[in-house]
Order: sequence, then structure tokens, then C-alpha cells
Amino acid sequence: MLLAEIAGYALAFTARLITGAQGHWYGCPPKAEQRIYFANHQSHLDWVLIWAALPRDLRAHTRPIAAQDYWQSSGLKHWITREIFNAVYVARQRTDDQDPLEPLAAALHAGDSLVIFPEGTRGNKGDPMPFKSGLYHLAQQFPGVSLVPAWIDNVQRVMPKGEVVPVPVLCSVTFGAPLAPPGPDEDKREFLERARDAVVALKAVAV
Amino acid sequence: MSSLRDLTVGQQISLLFVLLFGVLFAATAVSAFVALRPGADEHVERRDRFQRDLRAVWISAALFWLAWISGPLGATLLFGVFSFLALREYITLMHTGRSDHSSLLLAFFVVLPLQFALVGTRHFDFFSVLIPVYVFIAIPVVSALAGDPQRFLERNAKIQWGIMVCVYGLSHTPALLLLGFPGYEGRGAFLVFFLVAVVAVGQFVQEAASRRLRRRPLARHISRSFAWQTWWAGVVSSGLVGALLYWITPFRPGQALVMAALASGCGMFGEFVMKALKRDAGVRYWGNRASVTGAVGLLDRVAPLCFAAPVFFHSVRWYFKLSV
Repeated sequence: MLLAEIAGYALAFTARLITGAQGHWYGCPPKAEQRIYFANHQSHLDWVLIWAALPRDLRAHTRPIAAQDYWQSSGLKHWITREIFNAVYVARQRTDDQDPLEPLAAALHAGDSLVIFPEGTRGNKGDPMPFKSGLYHLAQQFPGVSLVPAWIDNVQRVMPKGEVVPVPVLCSVTFGAPLAPPGPDEDKREFLERARDAVVALKAVAV
Repeated sequence: MSSLRDLTVGQQISLLFVLLFGVLFAATAVSAFVALRPGADEHVERRDRFQRDLRAVWISAALFWLAWISGPLGATLLFGVFSFLALREYITLMHTGRSDHSSLLLAFFVVLPLQFALVGTRHFDFFSVLIPVYVFIAIPVVSALAGDPQRFLERNAKIQWGIMVCVYGLSHTPALLLLGFPGYEGRGAFLVFFLVAVVAVGQFVQEAASRRLRRRPLARHISRSFAWQTWWAGVVSSGLVGALLYWITPFRPGQALVMAALASGCGMFGEFVMKALKRDAGVRYWGNRASVTGAVGLLDRVAPLCFAAPVFFHSVRWYFKLSV
């Protein structure tokens, strides 16, 4: 436990040294309430950046989603995601008898906050791709959890696709005002578009 | 004055810091007292600006003190971190592309540590040529190996200029601390203090003169305050201040006057050039982006020093034929 704590501090310090990892709470204050943060996804560093931008007290209860087949494939990867980040593991291959959102729902039932990247995969540049439906289902199941949009700026310059060593460039994470849950006469597509627009709108604030 | 001469080097330097922090305490106390009184809006704005500048002076004085007490190794490390943060801020605003990745890695993780390692180990000959000669060749080679011909010269020029100013320029400040002057051993702190003081005086006088004189600006699209008359006012007054401060330096009064004038002239040019760069990048203060990227406007503060320190250092070395 102690080792993981030290490794966590070291990692957060490195992230701040390289990127500044500046968190801008534009639409809501950092608060110990249950939240689902959803953000644009451009780099492997996105999660680390959000995590480092959060106040230390909130980090322990804010969990990322990790692909089970990759992040449990070696001891070190498993240790990092389990001990430092307290990740929620999901299976990428869908089996018929299991709901892929079940581990996420379990984490939310336990009272933890989540960070999700609804694009599903890393985008190239510019505007985020259309959102996947997981956010909609979670928002419906957990109407009490606030949905906080976030825009991560500049991170693709730190580590472009295919590179391993990060270049020091200042980045920021802008957190917006919580999104209203899906209305009674709002369908899935409309809600996901509204969520995506909320993320894109923060881009103008960040630049 | 003679009683000052009797003090040991350590005592003299302690006295310098006591005086420096004493003046800062007095300035802070006065500004806190003034802030208690209600004032007109324009006064509030001026007061805010003054307090911001005062805070910056506090930070740099504290860094200066830290650099001194931590010795050659600490000073080198401290200015190395400083240079890293300045270069990070510069690169953030320069919009480098994907194919610059390896050049940037070279700049941040090879050139920067190497340059400061050379300062720390007093290899002043290699230190003077590493960036202008070897890195100047290495950066375009690495960049060409990345295989992207688009805007090749422009991209390389940006990175090379950033290294030149943020790394090469700034690394001359710890070099002054470590410069071995015959009969002046262990007093590098005075030389750094002299440099910073005359550069600051030059800027202050230039700023004040531009407000009083209202001369036609020389290049209005870059700076509304820069004019030859105000520049000369800065040079002359910092030369005089330098001559008055000659007793803390290894120079004679005349030499101190010329060195001070040279350094502050370069410092003002540095600020002017940085303004042109900022206009190009579309920001007024680097710190403008503080609300966005966490840039603290460090580059803004160190720009005059980045220009003044190398010229000062090499002029001193050349004129006094210092071989170390």
C-alpha cells in the first residue's frame, strides 16, 4: 500500500512537471460528490492528466476504466492499474450472458466516481468522434450521479500516437457545468449529441 | 567602507542578502499599508501591477538566495529547472508539430541537462560552443531524420531559437556565479546581483521615461513604449548605477559603467524582441495563458536576463582575458 502511494505521488509529480496538468474548474468546483467525468480522448496520457489535475483527496475515489485483456496481461500493468489507479476492469470482447457495463455499475453502486472517454478510442485531432452509448445507459441507471464534461487540451502534442517518451508541453483540463440527465422525451442519440456538444463547448473556453 | 572591506567574503554576501530582503520587506510593508486606504480605480490598477511586480521580485530574490546557499551544484540545478520551465512555456506557445517530437526530446532531455552539467563542472570553453556549434548542427539532422519536409526551416528555427534563449541565455547566470575572477574568488553572487540590478534599473528607467517623454514609438506594431531616447535613458542611468556599485564587482568604476550599460542595453533589446515574439504568437503576456495552461509568465520575467547574461558573461571573459 505504501509503495503504491509513493509511486502515485511520483507519477502525479512527473505528470505535473511534464504537462503542468492544470485543472480549470470552469463549470463546477472540485467536490467530494459522486460524479461521472466524461472527456475527449486523444492520447494514452488523458487519464493520467485528469487524475493529476484532481485534488489529492478526490483521486482515491475517482476511478478509470481499463481494458481487462491489456491491463491484466502483465504483473506490472496489473499492479499499476489496481494499486495506484484503482481501475475498473472491463472485458473488450462482449459475451452474450454479460452486460459490459456491469463492472461500472458496480463501482457506481459502491459510491465511487468514474472517468470515461465515451468516444471509445483515441481520436486523431480536432473535434471528438460521436459518443458511444455507455454514458447514456449509466446516466439513466444512476440519475443521482452528476455528469461532468471535461476538455483535455494540448495533450496530443505531449505524446503523439506512436511515441513513447513525452515532450514537456503545458496542458490543461477544463471541467464544465454538470450535464442534465436524459429527459423523458429525449432519445439516446439526442442525449449523446448533447453530451458531446458540452465537451466541445469547453474547447472554446480552454483556448 | 573600509569596515566593509574587513569583513570576510561570507559576511559580505550575508550583508548583501540582508540589505536585499530588508528593502523588499520595506516595500511590501509600504504597499500593504497603501492597500488599506481606499483609492480611485486607476490607482487600484497601478497598485495591482506594482504588487504583481513586487511578488516577482520577491520570488527572484528568494531564488537568488537559494542559488547562493546551495552552492555550485544547487545553483546549476536550480537554474536548470528554471530553464526547463521557460523552454516548456516557449514550446507550448510555438505550436510545434508531430514530426518535431524527436528534436524536442533532444532539446529537453539531452541539450538542456548537458549544458547545465557543463556549467556545473566549469567547462566554460565547451559550454560556450555546445549550443551555437554542435546543437545547431544536430537539431536539423534529427529533424530531417523524422522525414517531414513541410515548413522544415521554420520548425527548426523555432526550436533552435528557443534553445538559444531559454537554455543558452539562462545558463550564463549560474556561469557568472562560478566564474573564477583572480582576486575575486567566491564572490560570484555579487556579479549576478550586479547584472540583475543594472538590467532592472535599465528597464525601470526606460518604462518611466516612455511614460514621461511620450516619444514616437520606433516600431508601433511591436511595442508602444520602445524608442531610442528611452533606450538611451535606460542605458545611461543603469551605467551610472553600475558605476556606483563598482565596489561590489571586480571592475574599476569606468569598467563597471561600461559593463552595466552593455548589459542593460541588451536586456532592453531582449524585452523588445520578446514583445515581437509575443505579438506573433498572439498573446500580450505569456502569463495571459495562466488561466489555461498553467504558464506563469516566467519567460516574460527572464527574457531580459536571457539576452543580457550571455553578452555580459562573454564580454567580461574576453576583456579580462579569463581562461577558466
